[in-house]
Amino acid sequence: MSTNNNNSLINLQHVVKRYPMGNTTFTALEDITLSIGKGEFTGIVGPSGSGKTTLLNIIGSLDSPSEGSAEVLGQFIENLSHKEAARLRNHHLGFIFQTYNLLPVYTVFENVEFPLLLLGLSSDDRKKMVMEALEWVGLTDKVKSKPAQLSGGESQRVAIARAVVKKPALVLADEPTANLDAENSHNILRAMVRLNQELGTTYLFSTHDEKVINYLRRKITLLDGKIVSDETMTPQGRLT
Amino acid sequence: MIRFLFKGLMRDRSRSLFPILTVTIGVFITVLGHSWFIGALGGMLGTSANFETGYVKIMSRAYAKLSQEIPNELALVGVNALLADLGKDYPDWQFTPRIRFGGLIDIPDSAGETRSQGPAMGLAVDLLSGKSGELKRLNIAQSIRRGRVPESPDEILIADKLAQKLDVNPGDVATLISSTMNGNMAIYNFKVAGTVSFGIQALDKGAILADIQGMQAALDMENAAGEIVGYQPDMLYQDEAAHQVARTFNQQYSTDMDDFAPTMITLADQAGLDYLLKMSDSMGFILVTVFIFVMSLVLWNSGLMGSLRRYGEIGIRLAIGEAHGHIYRSLLWESLIIGITGSIIGTIIGLSIAFWIQSQGIDIGSMMQGSSIMMDNVLRTHVTAATYYIGFIPGILATLIGTAFAGVGIYRRQTASLFKELEV
Ligand SMILES: Nc1ncnc2c1ncn2[C@@H]1O[C@H](COP(=O)(O)OP(=O)(O)OP(=O)(O)O)[C@@H](O)[C@H]1O
Ligand SMILES: [Mg+2]
Repeated sequence: MSTNNNNSLINLQHVVKRYPMGNTTFTALEDITLSIGKGEFTGIVGPSGSGKTTLLNIIGSLDSPSEGSAEVLGQFIENLSHKEAARLRNHHLGFIFQTYNLLPVYTVFENVEFPLLLLGLSSDDRKKMVMEALEWVGLTDKVKSKPAQLSGGESQRVAIARAVVKKPALVLADEPTANLDAENSHNILRAMVRLNQELGTTYLFSTHDEKVINYLRRKITLLDGKIVSDETMTPQGRLT
Repeated sequence: MIRFLFKGLMRDRSRSLFPILTVTIGVFITVLGHSWFIGALGGMLGTSANFETGYVKIMSRAYAKLSQEIPNELALVGVNALLADLGKDYPDWQFTPRIRFGGLIDIPDSAGETRSQGPAMGLAVDLLSGKSGELKRLNIAQSIRRGRVPESPDEILIADKLAQKLDVNPGDVATLISSTMNGNMAIYNFKVAGTVSFGIQALDKGAILADIQGMQAALDMENAAGEIVGYQPDMLYQDEAAHQVARTFNQQYSTDMDDFAPTMITLADQAGLDYLLKMSDSMGFILVTVFIFVMSLVLWNSGLMGSLRRYGEIGIRLAIGEAHGHIYRSLLWESLIIGITGSIIGTIIGLSIAFWIQSQGIDIGSMMQGSSIMMDNVLRTHVTAATYYIGFIPGILATLIGTAFAGVGIYRRQTASLFKELEV
């Protein structure tokens, strides 16, 4: 029953997520129905514990819903095996974490190259794509640096380059600015906005950060596992 | 991908150095231990074979039963004809007669009175025919301390220690007092040609080496010998070939009921050596198994610590979409690289030291004081084809096994908690 008719990339129908808690369960998401279209720049906001990460987990095929259906890029997450989920992530999804999680022994270039190695691309293709991605985030001069030599903002830009290097359809970012100061937050947000506009990549964030919210074009607010509002925004951040 | 892993290994010392060191040490010990054992065993077998047992040995059946007592009255007779037959029947083999004897050695002064006296054990071999190979086999020329190799049947060599005790010098007369083959008293004057020291405690204590012709004359053993030993010239002992010859030979005499008919036994049939031979076969196996076990445990442990340190890395790789199995296999590849590297280094070090000990030898004479085992005082390693590859078996298997166990944790890693785990 594909409902993928209006150009939507993500289509959640009555998604419920329960976690076992002793001999009862805890409901982290309750009846989420949501559709996100191609090219959106959307944020999920809400207080701590409201279920933002849980929702990203399911959309990112890292976890599956307890009930309901979660269709991402035409695939139903609840039906995927571990291997199929890994394949979906590998080919179509990019992840950005609150902490950058770069591989410490590898250079900036190699960190960004890693997803392409998994895809089995040729070394020429890899080189071209890595350099392109580093250009997007403005780090071409740090190609040979190790993560330990980078600032927090630079590290997060490498992590973004790693997430977008394979030009995924969807980038999921869980609190990407939580560890950054204002200036660096604005830098990486601008980089993502540009990629969103130039490549048409869809971005989905979870965040508490006002700075991030200023860049959003759509804001979905969660409270106790339920969607309490879904607003279209005028992204003021873009104007600065 | 392999290159990518290789780079990671090279740069992350804690990921490579400790495991490689572990493998290197284990492989080194395996390689050296193996060559040491083969060398010690070969030395023991070789010395025994050359001085005592032959690869095969022919005795009369009666002599064979009591051979520890050296019953020369039960010696083989008609030895010359038997040797001629053996030469024809087994052209690949070299047979030569020997007589063991015991008795008193008496050193007279110029007046013919006893100056000194002592018990002596001896071995008479074919020193003079030039065809027996005994001079080389017993390493006689190199073992002479004073004097020279006997040049006539009535010349003997005396162990250097015994010569000092008896105060006898090359050129002196030494009288052997023993018993003839017929049980009569034998008194025979030999001339001391020189003194010897073989570097074998069991012999150097007090042995006498005589020519077989001289001893046949001394003990009334014309055309007789206590034993005939057989060797395959220039070859190491081969149990299968030796048994084959012994079977054929004994078959030939199976209808002869005479107690003095000859019988052939192999080196392995003689005291304790069979056990040693069997052990040499299983030793490599035991050594390799022990090291696989020990090193696997160590590497398993270091693999577990490694996966703790690399928790974040593995998490991010799962998130990026690398399958569990792919990560697991990449860890196995890493361990293969480590195993091969460590095995190569360990084998090179082990081989170098093994070659060195093979050429230099280690003198264990002091440990062998009073020993009656026929064993060379100088222990040498022996490098064989197996020495080159034996270390690779535990080196590579242990790293793979250790990693295989350490890595199963990856499969238990839930992707559902990745965001949380990667957020700290
Ligand atoms: N594995 C789990 N087992 C049990 N309960 C869980 C589990 N993961 C999340 N929860 C619960 O589900 C609820 C939602 O968690 P979630 O991590 O999605 O919140 P969040 O909105 O991301 O919060 P934050 O802003 O603090 O990151 C929380 O109450 C949390 O305790
Ligand atoms: Mg969260």
